[in-house]
Amino acid sequence: MGATTAHSAEHAHTAHHHHEESFISKYIFSHDHKMIGKQFLVTAIFMAWVAVIMSLIFRLQLAWPGEGFAFTSFFLGEKWAPGGVLDPNMYLALVTIHGTIMVFFVLTGGLSGTFANLLIPLQIGARDMASGFINMLSYWFFLMSSVVMLASLFVEGGPASSGWTVYPPLSALPQTIPGSGAGMTLWLVSMTLFIASSLLGGLNYVATILNLRTKGMKMTRLPLTMWAILITAVLGVLSFPVLLSAALLLLMDRSMGTSFYLSDIHVAGEALDHVGGSPVLFQHLFWFLGHPEVYIVLLPALGITSEIISTNARKPIFGYRAMIGSILAIGFLSFIVWGHHMFVTGMNPFLGSVFVATTLLIAIPSAVKVFNYITTLWRGNIIFTPAMLFSVGLVATFIAGGLTGIILADSALDINVHDTYFVVAHFHIVMGMSAIFGMFAGIYHWFPKMYGRMMNTKLGYAHFWITFVCAFGVFFPMHFIGLAGAPRRYYSYSEFPMFNGVMDLNVLVTVFAIIGALAQVIFTYNFFYSMKRGPKAVQNPWKSNTLEWTTPVEHLHGNWPGPLPVVHRWPYDYSKPGKQEDWVSQITPLEHDEEEH
Amino acid sequence: MMKLLILLVVVLGVMAIAQLARVYELTARLRGKREEDISAADNRMNARLMWAFLIAYHAFFLWLVMAYGDKMLPVAASEHGAETDWLLNFNWIILLIAFVLTNVLLFWFAGKYIYSKDRKAFWQPHNNKLELIWTVIPAGVLAVIIIMGLTTWGKITAPAGPGAVEVELYAKQFDWTARYPGADGVLGATDFRLINGTNPLGIVTKESIQLRMDEIDASIAGSDSLLANTIMADNKRAEVTEQVERLRRTQARIVNLRTVMELDIKEKGSASQYLYGADDIVTKDFYLPVRKEAKILIRSRDVIHSAYIPHLRSQMNAVPGMTTTMKMVPTITTDSMRTHVMKDDTFDFILLCNKICGASHYNMQMPLTVTTATDYEKWMAEQFKKPFQAPPADATPAAPAVVDSTTVTVPVTAQASVITN
Repeated sequence: MGATTAHSAEHAHTAHHHHEESFISKYIFSHDHKMIGKQFLVTAIFMAWVAVIMSLIFRLQLAWPGEGFAFTSFFLGEKWAPGGVLDPNMYLALVTIHGTIMVFFVLTGGLSGTFANLLIPLQIGARDMASGFINMLSYWFFLMSSVVMLASLFVEGGPASSGWTVYPPLSALPQTIPGSGAGMTLWLVSMTLFIASSLLGGLNYVATILNLRTKGMKMTRLPLTMWAILITAVLGVLSFPVLLSAALLLLMDRSMGTSFYLSDIHVAGEALDHVGGSPVLFQHLFWFLGHPEVYIVLLPALGITSEIISTNARKPIFGYRAMIGSILAIGFLSFIVWGHHMFVTGMNPFLGSVFVATTLLIAIPSAVKVFNYITTLWRGNIIFTPAMLFSVGLVATFIAGGLTGIILADSALDINVHDTYFVVAHFHIVMGMSAIFGMFAGIYHWFPKMYGRMMNTKLGYAHFWITFVCAFGVFFPMHFIGLAGAPRRYYSYSEFPMFNGVMDLNVLVTVFAIIGALAQVIFTYNFFYSMKRGPKAVQNPWKSNTLEWTTPVEHLHGNWPGPLPVVHRWPYDYSKPGKQEDWVSQITPLEHDEEEH
Repeated sequence: MMKLLILLVVVLGVMAIAQLARVYELTARLRGKREEDISAADNRMNARLMWAFLIAYHAFFLWLVMAYGDKMLPVAASEHGAETDWLLNFNWIILLIAFVLTNVLLFWFAGKYIYSKDRKAFWQPHNNKLELIWTVIPAGVLAVIIIMGLTTWGKITAPAGPGAVEVELYAKQFDWTARYPGADGVLGATDFRLINGTNPLGIVTKESIQLRMDEIDASIAGSDSLLANTIMADNKRAEVTEQVERLRRTQARIVNLRTVMELDIKEKGSASQYLYGADDIVTKDFYLPVRKEAKILIRSRDVIHSAYIPHLRSQMNAVPGMTTTMKMVPTITTDSMRTHVMKDDTFDFILLCNKICGASHYNMQMPLTVTTATDYEKWMAEQFKKPFQAPPADATPAAPAVVDSTTVTVPVTAQASVITN
């Protein structure tokens, strides 16, 4: 289904265009963007559970260091958890893979992959993506990448264990840590496949949004979700190749005797041949992707939130153009802040100053977005669907996480909190809460579009409130642990009396983590049960203005049974004065005396 | 048995939730209610929960501050540390105002404007004046934060003054070693190829070079004899041969090092760092004098580590292939901390590793002792008696050594390492 505009016009004339679809072409090697979106989602949910279980294992160790747990030995066996006590190398492996899976597979593949694929053609009024074949490839590379990453868990030396940031020399030399052997090689292979998937997807998203908008869908009538996903895709296309280069150079240092990152190393009783390289080079290359990556994670969640808050407050999103401007500013600035991860690397301090300035600047558009969300709620007419709950929750977590970012951005202050639990608190609140809440909100909101059925609302409420409380319970105390000086990636703190005062917080954190993880069972059950047995959905259950709700409930190749819709207005005519209903679909023509916003 | 019971409980729990959900669903359908129709009761419940959460959230925050405020780091024990602590508190005040303001508005609005079909939301799609205000004010506040932060950063990262106490912190998996410049006041040059049991930091002196060369000769001889006289599997033979090749390459580079050293001495005379290594003090005791600027040079043998001294608010990565540096002026002695600040006789300033470095990353530490200037002098005088290399019998202890390799006696014997399985 390689659709060009001419091809789409052709399709417009054939109603109910039926391809002869086998099980394989419908469910496995589908070119249909809606199916591909669902494939990304289900894969991401599975990977998320793997990462959650890993986090429970290492949280048990942190709360009760040195104690054996049947839970731990059930998953890790005697080799990596003798007597149920987590092995220190495996601890580092678990935090590494937990981070890798969550950042890349869940919050990039699962967030962008799902919603970009599902929503782009539907919200811009296109039959499918610019290239359905490339889109299919992007999912299959994602699946292969996941399989390789999971395979790395089973090699003899264990999976990659140098943190999700895999800095060399630790990640380059198997003699320094067992996970840097085959485990690290597989990690690099997996990430190469993942990068391929992201690039294929991203190029498709940009091409489609720019070229395949339906008649009347000007850029300034695009839903904010589309703007967010567009900029996210641009970020990905520009920054993932740099991670690929970092990975390739690392592969070469590991296997071909090069010295990009290595110099003057004496390990395992001998002086290595590598001379002339610098580990700091890897950090620059890694973070050049790494920082835009966290905005790739966050922006779609922010875009989704705009849509959901507006729809459920029955009110236009406040400051549509300011929101677009903020997305563009955040996108641009995200490329020039990466050095704030490197303040204490030995980098030139003047360079550090530049990054302080640019990083603090990025707080401005972020603040503007928060103020706009809050003002959208003001004097709104608020309906609390589970999606709305998660969207409001996202704003709260974004406030908390964003503010601590200001401390971390200040290099003089970062000196004392770098690589402590203060950082762990910050990024979990913005990613492990804000971004994942955006993902949950999107799932609840667009479930009827994905599966033609409704998820259970009461279970949604339970899921939200338990998760909201527990997640804050997990991540808020970490600020205090970090300010006490406790480093991250520590297997245990029992060697340091200086941390004794804050160690019972680790117990509190773990208890909240266990309850929070159990709450996700409610979601998982709700998701899979409703997929097959949920109440059938109507075409536009949320009375939303955007184009995806003008397609039939039953999935159609080519999305609209007749001609493509024509757009006459922006998507935010909610509670517009002079209108009977409190919503006006984008396809509704203007009345003769009506002004478009 | 226990596991089976737990599994059973979990499964039954899930089934119970499932049945409850099904009951709700069916009763809703009986009442003709659609899943997407949120009842007024549900809206109200969630709105109230939003307000309740606002209270609980701030209460939790407050409780954490009250219960743990005094269990975090005590007063900063360095000059710049006092400054950054002040800066941090200044930032907290601004951030907390923003935090409370935005959260109160968010949760209050979320709970206040409950849906009613008898009213419509207020139509206000934008207000550019408001956008301007809340862009300019944060920008202004952030500009202040940037300027203050960078001023402090500039001071912290400026080069150390001329009279600073110099000490090197050497990191390796999984411990720290300190190196002091010794009587000649200068830290000697180092090279990683000279590292062995007796020269763990790779200090360069004519003797250490010679010792290392002899050691490698012995290793190569041992391996050669092994290759000539022993029956080995092919892969083992290849391994040993490869090892010999590596040793020869190392030797060649050490010869280069010797040349570089000689050229450097010829060019710079007594300013050459290669002349100052012999009296360096290599020790597991890390001492600093109070109220004197300390310049810390940081090196690593194998992977990236990080020298983090939380009580001094100091941190800098240890990077293989580079020497990084940080400076500080300690302001409180260890004794003072024990007696007055912590009221705990067992207290020590700790240097800990703060960059993931392998299995024992969580236990890579060294205590730091900050003493009065006089105690520091006394301690240093004791250290001068234990230099890296014992001085030649006829040399005066404090003179910068003019190296004459023919008369040096080295206190330890070279250890030839034989290749074993």
